[in-house]
Amino acid sequence: MGESGIGARVQRVEDRRFITGKGNYTDDINRPGQLHAHFVRSPHAHARIRSVGIAEAQAAPGVVAVYTGNDLRKFVPTSDDLEESPIGDLICGWLIHSKNGEPMKAGSHPAIARDTVRHVGDQVAVVIAETKRQARDAAELVEVDYEVLDAVADPLKARASGAPQVHDVATGNLVYEWELGDKAKTDEAFRNAHHVTKLNIVNNRLVPNAMEPRAAIGDYDPGTGVFTLYVTSQNPHVARLVLSAFVGIAPENKLRVIAPDVGGGFGSKIFIYAEEVVCLWAARRLARPVKWNADRSEAFLTDAHGRDHVTDAELAMDEKGKILGLRVHTTANMGAYLSTFASAVPTYLYATLLSGQYDIPAIHAEVDAVYTHTAPVDAYRGAGRPEATFVVERLVEVAAREMGIDPASFRKRNFVKKFPHQTPVIMSYDIGDYAASLNKALELIDYKGVGKRKREALKRGKLLGVGLSAYIEACGIAPSKAVGSLGAGVGLWESAEVRVNPVGTVEVLTGSHSHGQGHETTFAQLVCDRLGIPLDQVSIVHGDTDKVQFGMGTYGSRSGAVGMSAISKALDKVVAKAKKVASHLLEAAEADIEFKDGKFTVAGTDKSLDWSAVSLGAYVAHGFPSDEIEPGLKEGAFYDPVNFTFPAGCHVCECEIDLETGKTEVVNWVAVDDFGVIINPMIVEGQVHGGIAQGVGQALLEGCVYDEAGQLVTGSFNDYAMPRADDLPNFQVDVTVTPCPSNPLGIKGCGEAGAIAAPAALVNAITDALGHEDITMPATPQRVWRALQKSKMPAAAE
Amino acid sequence: MPSITITVNGREVTSEVEPRTLLVEFLREQLRLTGTHVGCDTSQCGACVVHVGGRAVKSCTTLAVQCDQAEVTTIEGLARDGVLHPMQEAFREHHGLQCGYCTPGMIMAAVDIVNRHGMPDEKTVREELDGNLCRCTGYHNIVKAILAAAEKMQGAGQPIAAE
Amino acid sequence: MYPFNYHRPTSVRQASALLGKSEDARLLAGGHSLLPMMKQRLAQPSDLIDLGLVEGLRGIELKGRTLQIGAMMTHAEVAASDVVREAIPALAELVASIGDPHVRHRGTIGGSVANNDPNADYPAACLALEATIVTNRRRIDADEFFVDMFETALEPGEIITKIQFPVPRRAGYAKFRNPASRYPLVGVFLAKRGGTVRAAVTGAATCVFRCKEVEDALNARFAPKSLDGVTVPTDGLNSDMHAGADYRAHLIVVMAKRAASAA
Repeated sequence: MGESGIGARVQRVEDRRFITGKGNYTDDINRPGQLHAHFVRSPHAHARIRSVGIAEAQAAPGVVAVYTGNDLRKFVPTSDDLEESPIGDLICGWLIHSKNGEPMKAGSHPAIARDTVRHVGDQVAVVIAETKRQARDAAELVEVDYEVLDAVADPLKARASGAPQVHDVATGNLVYEWELGDKAKTDEAFRNAHHVTKLNIVNNRLVPNAMEPRAAIGDYDPGTGVFTLYVTSQNPHVARLVLSAFVGIAPENKLRVIAPDVGGGFGSKIFIYAEEVVCLWAARRLARPVKWNADRSEAFLTDAHGRDHVTDAELAMDEKGKILGLRVHTTANMGAYLSTFASAVPTYLYATLLSGQYDIPAIHAEVDAVYTHTAPVDAYRGAGRPEATFVVERLVEVAAREMGIDPASFRKRNFVKKFPHQTPVIMSYDIGDYAASLNKALELIDYKGVGKRKREALKRGKLLGVGLSAYIEACGIAPSKAVGSLGAGVGLWESAEVRVNPVGTVEVLTGSHSHGQGHETTFAQLVCDRLGIPLDQVSIVHGDTDKVQFGMGTYGSRSGAVGMSAISKALDKVVAKAKKVASHLLEAAEADIEFKDGKFTVAGTDKSLDWSAVSLGAYVAHGFPSDEIEPGLKEGAFYDPVNFTFPAGCHVCECEIDLETGKTEVVNWVAVDDFGVIINPMIVEGQVHGGIAQGVGQALLEGCVYDEAGQLVTGSFNDYAMPRADDLPNFQVDVTVTPCPSNPLGIKGCGEAGAIAAPAALVNAITDALGHEDITMPATPQRVWRALQKSKMPAAAE
Repeated sequence: MPSITITVNGREVTSEVEPRTLLVEFLREQLRLTGTHVGCDTSQCGACVVHVGGRAVKSCTTLAVQCDQAEVTTIEGLARDGVLHPMQEAFREHHGLQCGYCTPGMIMAAVDIVNRHGMPDEKTVREELDGNLCRCTGYHNIVKAILAAAEKMQGAGQPIAAE
Repeated sequence: MYPFNYHRPTSVRQASALLGKSEDARLLAGGHSLLPMMKQRLAQPSDLIDLGLVEGLRGIELKGRTLQIGAMMTHAEVAASDVVREAIPALAELVASIGDPHVRHRGTIGGSVANNDPNADYPAACLALEATIVTNRRRIDADEFFVDMFETALEPGEIITKIQFPVPRRAGYAKFRNPASRYPLVGVFLAKRGGTVRAAVTGAATCVFRCKEVEDALNARFAPKSLDGVTVPTDGLNSDMHAGADYRAHLIVVMAKRAASAA
């Protein structure tokens, strides 16, 4: 099916509901008899709760209940016995061990604080009322008596002796002290180095800010004992698993989680949050549905943030600019609690990518994860890989400049050229052609013309700079065996079920979840391609644990490589079964049945049946040899990847700095990515655009700032600069293709590439323009203006 | 409680509202027109943009009582007789949306841009999108969609106002 | 938002009477400063008096050498007005750059001037152009009107009805936006009338102010070059995460140059 199969620019089938206002987001859902929750949140970064006075709030108009953290301990929703037996706290699902072998120190993470609040916005109580306004009005009547304690927001200060302690269990606020790679070998490489490049890098904290704020509705049916949670989630099954097995809300067979249309995630909606727990718990207790939706202000305070690393990094080279070794020490700010997958981000999603696209013989990375009195930090678009890419791509750029080698040549000299390639940091790169994407990118940006453009820009009062970023990521997360050995609490396979209806239309149930990625289109394209049926005869079903048996959800650019591979496997089984049915209907040997373009034919004859006839035949089932063919046409599959996938490519940014104001304008952007096989180029390009925008945001605009007392300074769009249309250029997006050998479709994944590649490209461009390396992200006009004072100005061209 | 009469998407509605009810709350909670979204609480994101009296406004920064006797058009009222507005078509054709959350406000803002500018250039479109945030698309395809729709709306010579 | 009583008078007289009845009553014009404050529960008026239907607060006209704009004229209306564009193009440009299109559809000149947000654009134009703020009771010179952050010379019960701008010989406006809020970090409005230049700066301090250093330089000769080497003291300038006082001082001179070349 050329028009709607693999590789076609098919318009999205989900768009009609979104462009007509018929989307169905969590806050659009209302349940009969529904109540509304409003959370009382801590105004302090660190305080002991002496008491919570709820009497006045309880008496306020419309209020049904007010609960505190201790109430959560005293009640098991699934039990008829209301004796003391606490429901569990929130968990972190990835166990990291320190280099001394000790398991990470995870402090308790209650859904509502019991005795101590640990960041501004921490839940202290919940007010549940008939209307949203009544709940909010009454929340102001809750009287909390705080004993305010000293707080620490800066991860380096949190490690200093005498720093305020976030959790008693984590002495010195240290969650873990982890390492990867060969220290002795790396030290040796540095001893033999001709040149060493050193950088101190701050990877700024970001607020994900999906445009749809988080929301949840807890519902409970006393007749069946079934809980239903409607929630803004990227992975409803993982939410159900955690809420059942760890929080203890209900056994899985009594808990249904529905993630309807979700307005963007970028990682922030992977995690299981306190508000969801409370809405479910309260729904049972009050026997009425309980709804909560976050204000943007609450999102700033309580959504898991991203990045926030402080890194010292060194790169060792021989006299020809060949890289000998890399040494990295990173302090990662985890915030006040370990969010669901937080521990994996600065370790296995970060240090394992420190080899970049380069053949580096020795790498040693140390990561200290640190508690602070700030919102939890977890995966945000790219998750660890943007941080790794920023370290590597800043280092190689600076190393090249210091050694007087053209940065593009320096990169080419050090690229991995033979595959498979085992890096010193776990990963085994399966395939790629890094020079191909770099060369194409240089051509598209007109790299040779840079000098001329610099001179022209200077005449206009602008400093022009060009920066490269040759990134690699590990996606298709992930082989269950591999992640299991590294501490993951779950396997990271994906599931799919293909249900063929008697008339030949198809429903595909997938454990992936679409919240902007367009799965309803791309997944259907695969089905069209394989079964030869039109797009409108395929429906993709996702986001409901009652419909889809199990799934691991969408993050880490995994839905194409892993989710679609599961669908592909299920389709193989469906086709095999259909061939059996066809052989019976066509009275031919199964081995003689060929299936192509939606038609079953008997080899060497003109006997054929189309897809719908065989589908119908499968359900009519008249005269099937019952020991050989079961009626029906429905198959499921679980796909467990055999390796990570390794999307890679090269982004080049050209920027101009206004000499008078320090304002940086991105004037051109080239992205040449290798995502392997592409299902829908239109959607892939859209993913790249959005990723770059977030990367430009990190590099130029966005920075989440806490003050010394742990107050969030950038608590709204007034102070947290989001990329707007006029902050960005048009992007030139192109690809090179090396099909991924480790999955049946050859897909590598594309969702995070832009966010991973972009910050280094832009900062390399700015520092190229400035002529020195002294700038930190976000490179705001003020920072660039200050940096300009240290620049030696090139002479204006005549 | 004051009583107000508003014509929403061509239908007259009379209702009692608490004065502190925002237009977006009235639309979403009272009329169940949930296409109009709320993406922030500081009047900056533009997810809530609707047309009041033919002009794009933030329904999160307008009281329902201020709209008494006014004509309001929301995303649900943009298509006529099942035929999509050229701006809706263009967003789909040029992949100007991903998660869809900012889309209703973005499309209402985009129609307003073309209503005021006719055939704007790219720079104008980008500047005029100052009040609408999108986290998914990087704006590239939104800008493309608006420029394409503007051309179609001009070419069609049709009344371009949604109202 | 806290509850309040809502009023929709049709005359200035009624509005003024309502305003006098309660200490915590507030006028509602475009609402794009007040309603966000109320949504955050940072303002709690007992009564909102909506000026939307009040007669006599609209219209734009040029009377001799004076441009007169009704208090309830929206930014979009002022920016699109041929009268304004011809009389004081720099004013039209300033207004066209306020907030975003949706804000400009609701926000009004009267509301903006009465609010006196230290980061607002309009006060810079009023101060530089020597505007007269006309109320239901009196006429107030811009020099007297803008007192301090969110504070004006308006008295209880007083309502702005129109603003009058003398038409200058030359005028120009340039601003540098806060990357997050898009309000001016620094905005400079220059106006030359008769032989003198007035330079009003917004965004840089707690209240709009005239910048002597810029005025002195431009009084010598009204040209961007006159500002070469001019420095502005940092005393009294705001310092925050987006811009330190020294950066703002620097930007004042840069924006003044750009305003001068636009004028």
